[in-house]
Amino acid sequence: MSAADKMSEAERVLRICSACMYCDGLCPVFPVIDGKHSFSLSDVSYLSNLCHNCQGCWHDCQYAPPHPFAVNLPATFAELRQRSYADHLWPPALGRVFRASSLAVPATVALALLITFGLVLDTDSSALLTAHAGEGAFYRVLPWPAMAGLAGGTFAWAVIAVTLATLRYWHTIAPQVTVREIVRALPAALSDIITLRHLGGGGPGCHDHDERTSQRRRILHHLTAGGFVLNGLSTIAASAYHHLLGVVAPSPVASLSVMLGLVGGVTMTVGAVGLLALEARSDREPSDRGETRLNVAFLILLALVGASGLAVLGFRSTPAMGLLLTTHLGLVFGLFAALPFSKALHAPFRAAALLRVAIDSRRRTLARAPEASGDTP
Amino acid sequence: MTVIGGGIAGLCAAIAARRGGAAVRLLEAAPQPLRGGNTRHGRNFRLTHETPLEHVPDRYTADELRAELRSVTGDGTDQVLTELLIERAHSIAGWLIEHGVHLQPPGTGVMPYSRRTAFPLGGGKAMINALYATADRLGIAISYDSEARSLLRAEDEGWTISVRSAGADDSIRTRSVVVCAGGPGADPAWLSDNFGSAAEGWMVRGTPYSDGRLLDLLIAAGGCAIGDPTTCHAVPVDARGPQFDGGIVTRITSIPLGLVVDRSGARIDVAGAGSQPTHYAKWGPKIAICPGQIAYLLLDAAGLARAAPSALAPVTAPNLGELAAALQIDPTGLLQSIEDFNAAPVNAARPIAVPPFAAYPMRPGLTFVHYGIKVDATMRVVQADGHRHDDLFAAGMIMAANVLRRGYLAGLGITLSAVFGQIAGEEAARHVRG
Repeated sequence: MSAADKMSEAERVLRICSACMYCDGLCPVFPVIDGKHSFSLSDVSYLSNLCHNCQGCWHDCQYAPPHPFAVNLPATFAELRQRSYADHLWPPALGRVFRASSLAVPATVALALLITFGLVLDTDSSALLTAHAGEGAFYRVLPWPAMAGLAGGTFAWAVIAVTLATLRYWHTIAPQVTVREIVRALPAALSDIITLRHLGGGGPGCHDHDERTSQRRRILHHLTAGGFVLNGLSTIAASAYHHLLGVVAPSPVASLSVMLGLVGGVTMTVGAVGLLALEARSDREPSDRGETRLNVAFLILLALVGASGLAVLGFRSTPAMGLLLTTHLGLVFGLFAALPFSKALHAPFRAAALLRVAIDSRRRTLARAPEASGDTP
Repeated sequence: MTVIGGGIAGLCAAIAARRGGAAVRLLEAAPQPLRGGNTRHGRNFRLTHETPLEHVPDRYTADELRAELRSVTGDGTDQVLTELLIERAHSIAGWLIEHGVHLQPPGTGVMPYSRRTAFPLGGGKAMINALYATADRLGIAISYDSEARSLLRAEDEGWTISVRSAGADDSIRTRSVVVCAGGPGADPAWLSDNFGSAAEGWMVRGTPYSDGRLLDLLIAAGGCAIGDPTTCHAVPVDARGPQFDGGIVTRITSIPLGLVVDRSGARIDVAGAGSQPTHYAKWGPKIAICPGQIAYLLLDAAGLARAAPSALAPVTAPNLGELAAALQIDPTGLLQSIEDFNAAPVNAARPIAVPPFAAYPMRPGLTFVHYGIKVDATMRVVQADGHRHDDLFAAGMIMAANVLRRGYLAGLGITLSAVFGQIAGEEAARHVRG
């Protein structure tokens, strides 16, 4: 489908949904389209990221194929979500890279691994397969300036690029919002963001495959995202030890940074592998192949980062340490480098959509006037 | 035992019978994605309650339901069945929740306030999905794409049903049958027989599988018909929608905001139709007697802005001449009608003056027919000679005319089908187990 075709398909489907509204209790998408006759590009950009892809509206839809209306909102939104990422990337030239994201992400990670291994071999070609122990052992594999430089550089790039893309997206979906409104709506929005309430499909949960519901995806997502955050905290703790306390890595096992990394690594790896398993069993019809590829690429990367981090911890006193550490660091640098054109974008974009919906619901003082329910067939 | 029909009545009958200890087979004529009869299109169901509940606010008493039923049906409904319905309307929500259905709490989403009805989360199809999952878990044998073609009394006891299942013919011996195959009306031939050639211009809002075949079989087996096959509940629907299964989204809701003309451009009005939801049922039959069973709702830009969305965008034009051409209506008649209307708009309408102009072509959309099979208080089919088989039951819209001789109350279809389905299932299980 061309971009124009996707847009007119979205308008066709959303018009039917807006006339129906039987799904209004499933998620915030439906109340937003209530009563709307037409949908702009910014509307669908907003709605597609407000959708958490729980697929409740696919299983509950009396107009899904083989009905002639052939309504498939999850697939329609999945396509539009990718367009919304591509349209708002920073720098804008990344849009082209993003269209080949399922290639670009692995290629970026491979390049990062290559550079990291190159630096290690350039420093000391025997470092990869020699046991290192004691204070500063990690830096005998990859010297501190190179490690800090690559880590800091890729991290800063990820933060800047993702932040600017998110701001561009926010400008599209919420052009006229005051700071005061944002602050007022923040508690409600944060609660929705952190709890992933809308993966609950209005209560029963979401559909992993077929019409049964479960909380599996929500739990696995919490593990993955929570693990990701703990790993970040672990890194911060390690650099605090280094710079503030003068404790040079590797830190002792009982230290805060290792504990955070251990728990974070396990939960992120388990979560990512679990989400991959769900992805493998998921229904193809209400999804989009492009989005599935994005999901799979990102989840594999997270699982590899988590598993390699745990391997470093497990084998850090053996000759395999150098090889494992280099691999782990390369994967981490690759993850940060690829972050701005990966599935990771869904997090800030969905957070922005949830913030807007919280702002709008504060604005909406009155729901629709009470009226008798119409005739039901 | 065998249940014929997999809408809410059939599911309630099957589950109730299974819980009553019977081995149950369910035959659903539709393929799996289209299962569930007209419950697929249901939004809410009527229930009585003395106090606010988690899924319905305020209160709605049995006396109120009794009075409202009487106000739409008048006299001549079966009092015993009506009382059964009212009594069981109290426990219906709890029963559905117990069997896996999720109800939407009041005040969530954009549901209209309703103290009389509860709303399944995600609508009728979500409720159907939940009940099928429960039926499956309870060990009910479910066959989709399986149409009962004949129903014959077996020599000793029970029935022989010949079934066409996915193109192959099969024969089932069963000790008891509950027929929940829906009311008639979705079969074009049946419609023509009862409504004449005008039926060609009708659309059917619900499932094409509610075709009246089983009603014919029951009558052929000696069952007594009830109600009037030429009266029905019909509302205005978009003429460009699908012939079947348009459901809620093709209903035209904004008639009170505009002007209706027939294909000659002459104004059509229904005296006293007003703007209440009851106006739908008055307009359906009105459009049915228009030439060609078609009429056009005209709105200007201001009217359209006040209208609720419907599934298909209206026909629009920058001026009335082009609109008439697009609709193939005589422009002279149309302009005259608009001039007359603008002098004194009715209902909530305002003059039709602001371009661009919009139109919805409308046809009558059949919702259900006030005709079916007569049953007693145990849902056993009553024979024309007053006799009844102790192992033949009917429930759901196929027997709704026992209670609903005319008219309709919002959300009553699901309640009636669920209540009578449960009773039929309980009675059939009791019979089978002796």
